[in-house]
Amino acid sequence: MTVEYTLFPLCEYAVTIRFSDRIDEAVNDIVHQTAARLQAERKEGIEEIAPAFSSLTVYYDPLVAGSYADVCAWLHENIGRSEQAVRRSVRTVVIPVCYGGEFGPDLPDVARFHGISEDEVVKLHSAGRYRVYMIGFSPGFAYLGGLSPRLATPRRAVPRTKVPAGSVGIAGGQTGVYPLATPGGWQLIGRTPLRLFDPHREEPSLLAAGDIVEFRPIGAREFARLERGT
Amino acid sequence: MIEVIDGGFFTTAQDGGRFGYRHAGVPVGGAMDRWAYRLANALVGNNGDEAVLEATMAGPTLRFHVEAVVAVCGGDFPCALNGRPFALWKPMAVEPGDVLEVGVCRTGFRAYIAVSGGIDVPPVMGSRSTYVPAQLGGFAGRPLRCGDALPLGAAHGRRVAEPLRWGLASAARRYISGKMKTVRAVPGPEYDEFTPESRRQFFAARYEVTPQSDRIGYRLSGPALALVREREMVSEAVVFGTVQVPASGQPIVLMADSQTSGGYPRIAQVAAVDLPILAQARPGDLIQFQPIRPEEAARLYTEQERQLAGWISAIRRQWEGER
Repeated sequence: MTVEYTLFPLCEYAVTIRFSDRIDEAVNDIVHQTAARLQAERKEGIEEIAPAFSSLTVYYDPLVAGSYADVCAWLHENIGRSEQAVRRSVRTVVIPVCYGGEFGPDLPDVARFHGISEDEVVKLHSAGRYRVYMIGFSPGFAYLGGLSPRLATPRRAVPRTKVPAGSVGIAGGQTGVYPLATPGGWQLIGRTPLRLFDPHREEPSLLAAGDIVEFRPIGAREFARLERGT
Repeated sequence: MIEVIDGGFFTTAQDGGRFGYRHAGVPVGGAMDRWAYRLANALVGNNGDEAVLEATMAGPTLRFHVEAVVAVCGGDFPCALNGRPFALWKPMAVEPGDVLEVGVCRTGFRAYIAVSGGIDVPPVMGSRSTYVPAQLGGFAGRPLRCGDALPLGAAHGRRVAEPLRWGLASAARRYISGKMKTVRAVPGPEYDEFTPESRRQFFAARYEVTPQSDRIGYRLSGPALALVREREMVSEAVVFGTVQVPASGQPIVLMADSQTSGGYPRIAQVAAVDLPILAQARPGDLIQFQPIRPEEAARLYTEQERQLAGWISAIRRQWEGER
């Protein structure tokens, strides 16, 4: 398999490798495989590798790794060499969610919007397997793909000034979890007691690009227990 | 320890930045004007990556409870030590009880107050920089307030023969000039998708820095920029200096606290060497972008790093002479 891509300098110390300009699972697989390969082959002066939907960006120190041309030469050597494909193990992360009630104030609206019961919304949402395309927008925020089209719901007309950390929401065809308490306009259907972002953990973001996410419905009692325990 | 008597308009602890977490969506942050930050640290005899205080527009008033060496670099903030004028861009020994007042900025916008030993707030994810939107790092993740007690690193108690009679030549601060800022920029990844008129305007017109500007980004105001054809963009990496254009057509320059990815078309990337100029721009200042080739921007960047290293080793030699 030969992989097609383009390289361009993002700035004096970063180069972006773009595989496509669409959101596509197969392309995103190539992004994560390439990121794993580059990580394994990392040479001196290559500082960070950050995957996105259909591209990835490599940050380097030009005083150590060399010029843009030097870094490109290194990238060309290491991209799309399927004969030595790096086996990437895909991690599944299960996120317990207490749906509805005070944790999911928009669950009734989402159910009404689709003409189904609240239970059906929960069933559909927790039946999905969601791909973490990338982490971005804010610390620990995962862009998830795989929301059932039957749950796609427009954002709230008036955003909330404060959405609590751990809130699980729907915005258009996307679903996601707020890692930090921030303003936001997503339809909130539940909340997880897990900390998606904790600066004091070795890996502060619970989710990593390339993970698979599943949501497991829990009750208020288990929520309280997990919140205390974690 | 340093006691904060008045926090000023927006004063935060900052170091060189929080690296290694872009994959987790964590902004790099750190000092907006890296030139002034690094020189201020060198002037007080620090290694170079210690945290300093970044003051914005109106500086803080600080009381020292220990002896230390302090230096203020950056915009032209009138400073006073115990009521007597205090020169910028030079080291000064302070004693317990001394009060440093950093006033309201006359030109430029930011000042870096470095103290020997560094501001010793606990590092979070390898950095002492404050990222206010997530209340991360720095002093309690927020700007300084009256009553805060700032710990200093162990090396603060440097004894020096007084007075210190040296400082940096004015060549080191020439970039902090008047209202009109010329900033070099490389055409961005989506530059060719803008209309010929927008591409011309971007480099011909002057864009005003609006009051909706902060450490995350500067919102500029000027001729609107339009794409030939609107399209749904897929989020990709952005960095300090990326100029993105949302649907309004008014460009936004992303600054030190920029998020790690964005979905707006990127018309340009400000040359890293000129970011200190931008960091010292204030609302109302006018930005004139000047096109530059990426190879040239890369060459200038390496050259500036060497120039800075030259200044820093000259400062180190001065310190050797003091011992």
